[in-house]
This record gives sequence, structure tokens and C-alpha cells, in this order.
Amino acid sequence: MDETDRLLLRELEENCRIPLGELAVMAECDEREVEERIRKLEELGAIRKYAAFVDWERAGDGLVTAVIELKVSPERDYGYDRIADRIARFRQVRSLRLMTGAYDLQLLVVGGSMHEIARFVSEQIAPMDSIRETATHITMKSYKENGTILAEHDEVERLPYSF
Amino acid sequence: MRDFISERARVIPPSGIRKFFDIALTMDDVISLGVGEPDFCTPWNICEASIYSIEQGVTNYTSNKGTPQLRAAISRYLDARFHTPYDPESEIIVTNGVSEAVDIAIRSVVDAGDEVLVAEPCYVSYSPCVTLAGGTPVPVPCTAETEFRLTADALMERITGRSKVVIANFPNNPTGGTMSEADYRAVADVIVDHDLLLISDEVYAELTYDGQHFSPASLPDLAERTITLNGFSKAFAMTGWRIGYLCAPPQITTAALKIHQYVALCAPVMAQIAAYEALRNGAAEMNAMVREYHVRRNLFVDGLNRLGLTCHVPKGAFYAFPSVESTGMTDPEFAESLLREQHVAVVPGSVLGGPGHVRCAYAVSRADLKTALERMEAFLCGLKT
Repeated sequence: MDETDRLLLRELEENCRIPLGELAVMAECDEREVEERIRKLEELGAIRKYAAFVDWERAGDGLVTAVIELKVSPERDYGYDRIADRIARFRQVRSLRLMTGAYDLQLLVVGGSMHEIARFVSEQIAPMDSIRETATHITMKSYKENGTILAEHDEVERLPYSF
Repeated sequence: MRDFISERARVIPPSGIRKFFDIALTMDDVISLGVGEPDFCTPWNICEASIYSIEQGVTNYTSNKGTPQLRAAISRYLDARFHTPYDPESEIIVTNGVSEAVDIAIRSVVDAGDEVLVAEPCYVSYSPCVTLAGGTPVPVPCTAETEFRLTADALMERITGRSKVVIANFPNNPTGGTMSEADYRAVADVIVDHDLLLISDEVYAELTYDGQHFSPASLPDLAERTITLNGFSKAFAMTGWRIGYLCAPPQITTAALKIHQYVALCAPVMAQIAAYEALRNGAAEMNAMVREYHVRRNLFVDGLNRLGLTCHVPKGAFYAFPSVESTGMTDPEFAESLLREQHVAVVPGSVLGGPGHVRCAYAVSRADLKTALERMEAFLCGLKT
């Protein structure tokens, strides 16, 4: 990976619908080269997928999100991997991470209601064999997601001219 | 009643764009490429450091030269970035923006009758400051043919027995021109041969896109005869904080400090604390802004050239300086018509000593740059019919 690849990744991460021609001008190379580089980055898995960042609340469907902390007994030979793999397969689990500190796995779970999340935790996650303890934290309000501040600020007035 | 206005104040020219300002204020959808400041807010860690210091009650005067922490940080920064070692105790003064640094640098070295060679096009304050100091500004043209560099030949042509100082600003406002080491070596010989002093305004140093900024004081021949000016406004998006600095050999800073302490006392302490945070923890945010300007430059200059407004690729700062000669209009005519008809504000080059061109600042969002290009295209199509 070189500086041009980094530029392409940064730009696509911010806006994956940016036209190839614009990327080529930015990167000071031709469109064919941009296309080829992106293809390689896709093959490598550096680009996992192209997705829209949806604000469901703004769209009209309020969703409930929760962070769930799990204490887990690791398995001989597998550690946390097998249980993590099983948890990751649930559609409701948006992210799953093994953490340092007071607990082991951290899940970000999305559901239509608090009730739905409560049922998911108590019926699907908590009863699994190696789960020792769960702690569920419901999101009250989101201020920033994926690097984007959600509140809108008024634009600062600038002078039309200055030297 | 007598006319109380001094001769000194009377002779300096008023702002060259007052008229444009007034027109722009009557419109509510102006896209302004006329602003010489970053469109980014100051990075938050910098604001936080300053807010915290105010909460702690740090609202006092500082040492005239600036806080010891900030001067030490500037010294380390300049040495590491541009290979110009300055002693924080005796060779650095923190000022109220580079604007003040320009003034006190000139007043420290210019006497009545001295000629000051000003590389043009350039920022508007150099010549008036020379005039206010009693000196005579002598423009030295930097042209599109040499990508707006200052050349030894152009300098030589204007040197007289009264020449004392050269003022240069690279990366340049408004042209975006830069000077390499080789460019400066050629000029250095002329400066040394004629026993001149160089005032180098490097406020756009960090905004250099192709290669590295070269600081003339890093040349041994020039170190003892250069005043380096720099500041935080452009690199760290800190225009409103007003923090700049002046670096020079001790005999010059001693003189400059006398003027600074009488006219400004010190730079605001809360802004100095912000500047210190910028140097300690601001590099990542700054690099991200520089990358963004670089991308915008590529997009915007490409767009201008497509429109037939010939524009060299500016290697620094955040200005494009296209020629408007192909339109058959003068630059003030072009700037006024474009503003009236398409509500796009640009600065006519003649205000900055560069007639035939207009200055377009690309320190605006990509969306605005795109709209500006579309409006300019509509404007140019309108001219043809």
C-alpha cells in the first residue's frame, strides 16, 4: 500500500459513490489506474463492502441500541473464538469484540424495542453454556456515530473577502 | 478645525476591494472564493486546552516575548521541520498574528529613505507597512512564466544604492508559488552580494503539496541576515486566535522586542496556550487538513483549466491564481461581473500586485468548489454569446 492507495481508501470511506474521474484527478493518475487499484484493495479485503450510513431515527424508524458486556469462560483449545463465532451469527448483533478489562466480549445490539433486546439477551445469549454474566446498557441518546457528529450546528459566518 | 489625519495615514491606500465587499453583502447566496482563511474550525484539542486554561484563571499578561513553553516548542518545531534552529530565549518573539510580526520586523530594520524590495504579487500589508516606517516599497515582479518564483534577475534589476531589505512570501499568497532550495540559493547570492536583509513570511509553509517547504534561513549564508515570520493561522486553522512569531538573530529581535512591548505588550495568553497545544498534539489534525487542501487543489485547478482559465498548478498555500486574459476582461472587470452575475466572489489580482489574474481560495468545501466551477462555466458561456 502506498500514499495513493491511502488516499483512495480515505475518500471511499467518506463517500463510496465518488466518481472515478474525480478520484483520478485527486490522486493525480488516470481512471484505469484508479479502477485497478480499487479492484486490488477489494480483492485484498481492505475494502470490506460499500454501504450507506443510515440514520434510522431520522428516517422514521426509531431503533433501540444496546451495548452488552459478557463474561465468558474460555474453552480449552479454542479460547473465545467458538463462542464468539456463534454469537456473531445473530442478525441483531451489529458488532462483537473481545476486550481487555473487567469483561470479555462486547456486543453492540440493535432491536426494534427495549423488550426485543431484553428477550434477545435473556433467551438467546445469557443461556449459552459458557456465558457467566451479562450486563446490558441501553443507549439513551447518540451524539456521534462512525465519526459523524449527529447534532447540527449553525454555520459560522465568514467574511466574503479577506486577504 | 484642523485636518488631524497624519500624512503617513493619508498616503497609504484604502482596501482595494471595498466595492466588492459592499456588492457581496447585498446577496445571500454568494459562494466566496475570496477568503484567505481555512474553512475548518480549529481542532478541538486546541480549543479545549485554551478553554481549560481560562477556567483555571490563566488570564494574565505573559512575558513580552511569549510564554517560555511556547517559545521552546516553536524552537523545536522549526528546527525539526525546516532545519532552522532558533534560540527560544534570544531569537523568538511571539506576536499578535503574523500581521504584527510583519510590522515590527519592518520597523526594526527600515529607516526613512530605505528601499524595500517586495516580491509581488503578494499579501496586501507589506508595502503599506514599509510606507508607514518611512521606507519606499519597490515591487519585484514574480511572473507566471517562472511559476511565480522570485528570480535573481528580477531582483537585480531593481536594486539601487538605497536597497536594504527584501520581503518574500513563499508559499505565496495569492499565487501558490513556492521556492526550492536551488531557487533560494540563486537569490541568496544577490542578497549577500548587495548586503541586503531578507524578511521571509512563511505562514503557508505547512501547506506545501509537492515536495517539502524550504526555509531560506536554513542556508548558512542567509541565516544571519533573515527574519523568519510564521504563525498558526493557516496550518492549524487558527486565524481568529492571532498568534504568529518572528525569528531572527538576537540583535534584530532585541530591536523588534522594544517595538512589540510598546505597541502590543504580549500576545493573548489563552491563544498562546492554544498554540502550544497545536505544536504538541496538532500534527495529525493538521496533516488531515493539508491532505484535504491538496485534493481540493487538484480538483479545482483541473476544473479551471477545463474552463479555459489558464492556471499553473500552485504548489503551496490554498489559492489558485488563474489568468483571465482569455476573456478579454481586466481582472477587476472579471471579478465584478462574476460576482454580480453568478454570485461567486474572487479577488482581482491587481489588488495584490498580479494584474490579469484573479485569486480563488480553495479553502471552501468541495461542494462549494463544484458549484463555483459550475457558476463560472455559466458565466463564461454568457460572455461568448
